[in-house]
Amino acid sequence: MTRVSGGAPLGSAPLGSAPLTAHGSAPAPLLRRIMLQGRYETITMLRNGEQLILAIVLPLLAMVGLTVTPLLDGLGSSRINVAVPGILALCAMSTAFTGQGIATGFDRRYGVLRFLSTTPLGRAGLIAGKILAVLAVLFLQVLIVSAVALVLGWQPNPAGWLPGMLILVLGAACFTALGLLVAGTVRPEATLAITNLLWILLGALGGIVIPSERLPALSQAVVHFLPSGSLGQALRDAFLYGSVNVAAVFVLLLWTAIAGGAAIRWFKWN
Amino acid sequence: MVRSPESPVLTISGLVKDVGPLPTLDGKMLRVVSGLSLVAERGQVTALLGANGAGKTTTIECAQGLQKRTSGTISLLGQDPDTAGAGLRARVGVMLQDGGLPPSARPIPLLRHIAGMYQDPWPVDELIARLGIDSFSRTSVRRLSGGQKQRLALAAALVGNPEVLFLDEPSAGLDPQSRQMVFDLIAELRNSGMGIILTTHLMDDAQRLADYVYIIDAGRNVAEGTVAQLLQHQLPAGDDGQHIRTLLFETEPGLDFTGVLTDGVEVTEARAGSYAVTGALTPADLAAITAWWAARGIMPSSLSLEARSLEDVFLDISGREIR
Repeated sequence: MTRVSGGAPLGSAPLGSAPLTAHGSAPAPLLRRIMLQGRYETITMLRNGEQLILAIVLPLLAMVGLTVTPLLDGLGSSRINVAVPGILALCAMSTAFTGQGIATGFDRRYGVLRFLSTTPLGRAGLIAGKILAVLAVLFLQVLIVSAVALVLGWQPNPAGWLPGMLILVLGAACFTALGLLVAGTVRPEATLAITNLLWILLGALGGIVIPSERLPALSQAVVHFLPSGSLGQALRDAFLYGSVNVAAVFVLLLWTAIAGGAAIRWFKWN
Repeated sequence: MVRSPESPVLTISGLVKDVGPLPTLDGKMLRVVSGLSLVAERGQVTALLGANGAGKTTTIECAQGLQKRTSGTISLLGQDPDTAGAGLRARVGVMLQDGGLPPSARPIPLLRHIAGMYQDPWPVDELIARLGIDSFSRTSVRRLSGGQKQRLALAAALVGNPEVLFLDEPSAGLDPQSRQMVFDLIAELRNSGMGIILTTHLMDDAQRLADYVYIIDAGRNVAEGTVAQLLQHQLPAGDDGQHIRTLLFETEPGLDFTGVLTDGVEVTEARAGSYAVTGALTPADLAAITAWWAARGIMPSSLSLEARSLEDVFLDISGREIR
């Protein structure tokens, strides 16, 4: 079978001891496939420099900015105590909505989604892997942001950790669904523009880091019905007072259900 | 070649696929596949041959479960690809036309990742050596040449050691060496018992690789058979039922063949010294021509007898107009 001459690097090396047999594989177990995909996507996200700026650097800058300016004065026990829950919410939006949205949009463009859905991973495993990667990156963000915040004097209400983390996961689910909805319905360049623009708009005016009280009157009326405003408010209530804001959680659940249903209905794989 | 009596790896019957509604058609659906049927056997290369837009890719994507069919039945290894799960996908390898590999990935970690999806994958190191991937292992997918991308995509399709392999335009972008390597591997995989289904618009691919060819045009079957069957069946016949052939040769210019050739056989000198003898050539015609050369001491510098190519067959069947 050595028809390539001239010592080209393309030599058809014999397969050694292994005979060529077409016997067909069995799939690896479902859980292992999803974990592998989650790990692969996590590493891909962490290797993306732009994504890291959006996921870590900008939230940390916003946190410092909110503690050195009087913007949040009078809304809670201290500037940093009011700021940190919103920064955690911003982290969820960075990773789940903008980060995963853009990555998925380009995966769709390059046929990666179609190829992987022909492997044993399948479409459901692919989505599960993406959600896992969002949660893994979000976990790292929470560790870093919390560590820096504690150094800066953050004093969260101890009773707020459990509801806070559950609400953060719900927020990540909601923004993942929204990100996949955008990524699966428009061109990747449009996904890039939409998710970055919304990150800035919702970050500044959507009630995520700046509570509704300090927003223009026009924003105040709507932020409680936005996923950004409800996530920010629910996390502030958890970490400031150790309480669960049922109305905000309900709004988040509703957005998650609607965006998830819409993504399932309208997501185009090619 | 006789079709194998074993159960086929893929059976498609009466496949119909509508896409749309399309704004360019006033919101109507476009029928891209209309009633296509085919059978692909184990241990054979089955080619779907057709022009761009004939419906080849749509057909195999329906078989891979990537597109939902409008109607018709598809049996891939005895299962319906629309409802089958990971068990079927593990037995089927797919190489997409656009590769489908993430641009930021590096070849070896990517192959190892995909291998992890299988219980018993093809050893990645062997695939890497076999397809010459080690020569570009540190380059990200986006920086690979077309041929390198194709070889990596083929490796990714094979890493699960499938029983059925789908190749969509496998020689696109391949340089001659890569093409030979890929063709050798395909032949070897076929001999090992894999059922291989490929689409191509290149006659040469089909002629060199395929055991059985389906010619597809406008979403329909228009002809099928082994390459030899298609060539013989479609050979145009002269007035007396003999097949028309062409003898091509090059030698000194300006020769006069008057009296050498039988009636109905014509000679043309397309450019000086380059002759084409066309007609219902018989062995006696060939003997007469070569004897005439021998008597005059003429030695042609090149000589070939041209049978029809699959391309001629294809063009005869699907029409020569450009769509």
